[in-house]
Amino acid sequence: MTVSPTPPAARTARRKALLRWIAVHSLGIAAALFFVLPFVFVVLTSLMSDQQALTRDLTPDTWHFENYTKVFETPGFLTWWKNSLLYAGLGTVLVVVSSIPVAYALAKFRFRGRHLSLLLVISMMMLPPQVVIIPMYLFWAKQMDLSGSLWPLIIPLAFGDAFAVFLLRQFLLTIPDEYVEAARIDGCGELRTLLRIVLPMAKPGIAAVALFQFFYCWNDYFGPQIYASENPAAWTLSYGLESFKGAHHTDWNLTMAATVLVMAPVILVFFFAQKAFVEGVTLTGVKG
Amino acid sequence: MSTDTLPATEAAAPAASAPGARNTLRAKRRRNALRTLAFMSPWLIGFGFFFAYPLVSTVYFSLMKYDGLNPPEWRGLDNWTYVFTSFPQFWPALQNTLWLCVVMVSCRVVFGLGIGLLITKIKTGAGVFRTLFYLPYLAPPVAATLAFVFLLNPGTGPVNSLLEALGLPAPAWFNDAAWAKPALTVLAVWGVGDLMVIFMAALLDVPKEQYEAAELDGAGPWQRFRHITLPNISPIILFALVTGVIGAMQYYTQPIVASKVASGVMGGSGVTFVPGYPDDSTLTLPQLVYSLGFSQFNYGAACVIALVLFAFSMAFTALLMRRRGGLIGSGD
Repeated sequence: MTVSPTPPAARTARRKALLRWIAVHSLGIAAALFFVLPFVFVVLTSLMSDQQALTRDLTPDTWHFENYTKVFETPGFLTWWKNSLLYAGLGTVLVVVSSIPVAYALAKFRFRGRHLSLLLVISMMMLPPQVVIIPMYLFWAKQMDLSGSLWPLIIPLAFGDAFAVFLLRQFLLTIPDEYVEAARIDGCGELRTLLRIVLPMAKPGIAAVALFQFFYCWNDYFGPQIYASENPAAWTLSYGLESFKGAHHTDWNLTMAATVLVMAPVILVFFFAQKAFVEGVTLTGVKG
Repeated sequence: MSTDTLPATEAAAPAASAPGARNTLRAKRRRNALRTLAFMSPWLIGFGFFFAYPLVSTVYFSLMKYDGLNPPEWRGLDNWTYVFTSFPQFWPALQNTLWLCVVMVSCRVVFGLGIGLLITKIKTGAGVFRTLFYLPYLAPPVAATLAFVFLLNPGTGPVNSLLEALGLPAPAWFNDAAWAKPALTVLAVWGVGDLMVIFMAALLDVPKEQYEAAELDGAGPWQRFRHITLPNISPIILFALVTGVIGAMQYYTQPIVASKVASGVMGGSGVTFVPGYPDDSTLTLPQLVYSLGFSQFNYGAACVIALVLFAFSMAFTALLMRRRGGLIGSGD
């Protein structure tokens, strides 16, 4: 480039490229501010004093990190934390274990009713939980006497979640049939084929399903509201957070600190598993 | 795939007609059926117990008067006429849902596409930008809603302070019936990360040669977007719209938390919370199932709303599945 004298056309092209770079990145920064500033304001408010949180100030005069210990000392908060972990942790394990064989059958077996099964899985996936809540509540509360606990939410997860089945099936479709057929020819039983050959290859898909399920349980509000609302000892963080605001209705600083504590685990998990997560979103949306 | 295997099955047919071979074939088929059944069993139980049975039961209760204490009483279509003609919150909730489907869903799709386009153009620090854009999608809905009620609170919220400083009107957001749904829309647009990822993947899949050819033909950026990008990603836009509408049907946590927090009626305060604050502007159908069923113990009417919700959701799901090469595409 230094050898030939730069023609004016090349120079304007380069200037245009630079201008475009600046335009794109300033837009990017503006968008980033829109996405990030709410988090920033929430964190800043969580560190203010009670009085200052009620003013228009944006940054704390004095930093009150003890707000976070105060939140943990609130009666119930640790219990809610524990309950959320139980619901999300156990729920995730159950969903993964019960959904894998179903997804495998839908992806790799040829049988009559396969297409219909898939249509029903998708219908279940799209079903608003409120549609069947009355009979389900009557069943768990009146016949099983399990209201006031999270078990009515956890037990059904042992029977395959439609979304997990669907996402895993999409992932298993991307594993070539040849691997499965080779294992069969070698005399490998279906269960062993699944466990030894397919599962190791399906790790990213399983990770995505596990993440989605963990987040779903962690974020669930409707479920705990229906089954656990009568018993504060069974509340989860997502459900308890709202009553936290009720009990501290003027303490925006403490409420925002609690909000940060509910968001933090999810965001931490995301940073460690970003790739699996993004892959999961793409898989259910784009690749057919 | 099917054309490849055709000669093989034809070749196998005469061999299978021998009696011994037929028996082993039948045994193999039965073994395969049992195997499929075994693998499918968790879901089959789940389907029967958590989908088919409660759905039938919902239809049954929609024809009954039932409060959970006294035995159910047959009422025919009374619950249905009650919901459609005399239940005052049904039509406002349906109107709100329509508003959400039109305004909130299209805002999310347009914004998600814009952010997706932007992220494919960013050269420096793309990974950081992508993470920042995606993060809000992960914020738990209750926490995010609480945060936005605070950020948008009319008295001391940072957003209104900013708007006033800029000399712009500062609405009461979640405390004003005209602004509550727009406030929820801002919250929904904030969490647009899922659509961004989907659009980003679709945009990267558009063949580069098409752009190069168009550029040689002298097409400007808008023409390239209009004639190459849009046709290529239109299936994804449709997917985003339809799943958005299905999501809008189920919209529950954000409006109920926003109206509870903004109205100041919280658990333990002794005042009964009436959903929809302010003035029914944030009512949605799922909230009616909850309030009819679990505060008024009118299970019959709650089941009617549940079935309306079911009909809408399934209609849009059918639309989604008819999409060519869509949700269930390859492998079938």
